[in-house]
Amino acid sequence: MATPVLDKADAAGKPEPGFADSPYITVTFRIRRFNPEVSAEAAWQDFQLEIDPKERVLDGLHKIKWEQDGTLTFRRSCAHGICGSDAMRINGRNRLACKTLIKDINPEKPITIEPIKGLTVLKDLVVDMEPFFQAYRDVMPFLITKDTNEPTRERRQSPEDRARFDDTTKCILCAACTSSCPVFWNDGQYFGPAAIVNAHRFIFDSRDDAGEQRLEILNDKDGVWRCRTTFNCTDACPRGIEVTKAIAEVKRALITRRF
Amino acid sequence: MSTTETSSGVSPVEGAAVYTVDNPAPVIQPPRQRTKKTPKSTRGNFEMYGWLFMRLSGVVLVVLVIGHLLIQLVLDGGVSKIGFAFVAGRWASPWWQVWDLLMLWLAMLHGCNGLRTVINDYAERAGTRLWLKALLYTATVWTILLGTLVIFTFDPNIR
Repeated sequence: MATPVLDKADAAGKPEPGFADSPYITVTFRIRRFNPEVSAEAAWQDFQLEIDPKERVLDGLHKIKWEQDGTLTFRRSCAHGICGSDAMRINGRNRLACKTLIKDINPEKPITIEPIKGLTVLKDLVVDMEPFFQAYRDVMPFLITKDTNEPTRERRQSPEDRARFDDTTKCILCAACTSSCPVFWNDGQYFGPAAIVNAHRFIFDSRDDAGEQRLEILNDKDGVWRCRTTFNCTDACPRGIEVTKAIAEVKRALITRRF
Repeated sequence: MSTTETSSGVSPVEGAAVYTVDNPAPVIQPPRQRTKKTPKSTRGNFEMYGWLFMRLSGVVLVVLVIGHLLIQLVLDGGVSKIGFAFVAGRWASPWWQVWDLLMLWLAMLHGCNGLRTVINDYAERAGTRLWLKALLYTATVWTILLGTLVIFTFDPNIR
């Protein structure tokens, strides 16, 4: 049986904090706090915690919320890098708190944690995602086909056709890319990388018939031509999507009208 | 635990909280947020042509400008040879007239379009954008017209 074995390992191999062979270290989390019910100003607040450096930043935030300050506010749902709720700016870079190990971001110095930029901060690390999702809805991120009849059989697709948009299917809509884009910081009217990535996913899908329409939407003043190719989005993407490349492919499709 | 505590939001005079649950502080919205109604669709290829023009004119300008700098500053005695006679001699040939004209137009339009995108990106208020762009377009048109006029009406026998 599994349970007794686990118990034994637990008792033997996990020294308490403070002992010489303890895996725990002291880390400082420097968190950007904002609570409109208390003050109009946002300010940094330091928290010190004993934590295993192999744990994630999200575990540290949980530890603070559960043991030190229950008012600390942040989003997280699955906590395993797939729901896209806990994108935040950690040490000046957009990351998912649930995919960032403390040992990987130099725990000797204070770890700064801020809300993602370019969206209204509601409280602490929680931002208003509505403008982000509005841009997403505006590119029509759903299958549109010419025949309105219900299909009688599966919509078949060759592996080659599937591979053309494989990269952009990985998006989890965490907004790490869009909120790392300097154009988006200054002008929220820009569609932003995430919306373009999700348009790419359907434009290059052989089963979809509304590619032309989506291209027309992205051809506008606030569409793909505002991209300055700074690659911030590609660096920020926690799913490793080549965002800037996807944007470039949309640009090319607009010029050559081939997709 | 906490070392740098934040301001409490308590005003120094009254000693009462300025912001409460029922009276929260205003949140700071980033510039020009997208809403259901914005941006308005304009339907045109202007931005695409602008983007293409930047790439193509950039490539041509590399050749034109480096050639220009070589002729003016490096080859055949360098900068010391430049005088009224040198310019008059060059503009006697249609080849150099076209070269300079092309360089003038491409460089001005390239720079103008670049600044237009910078203004669009960074000027947050609609009024600021309008005035900056008005200034930019005036300067561009003025420089292009004046330069073109000089290239075509240049008189080497001017007294």
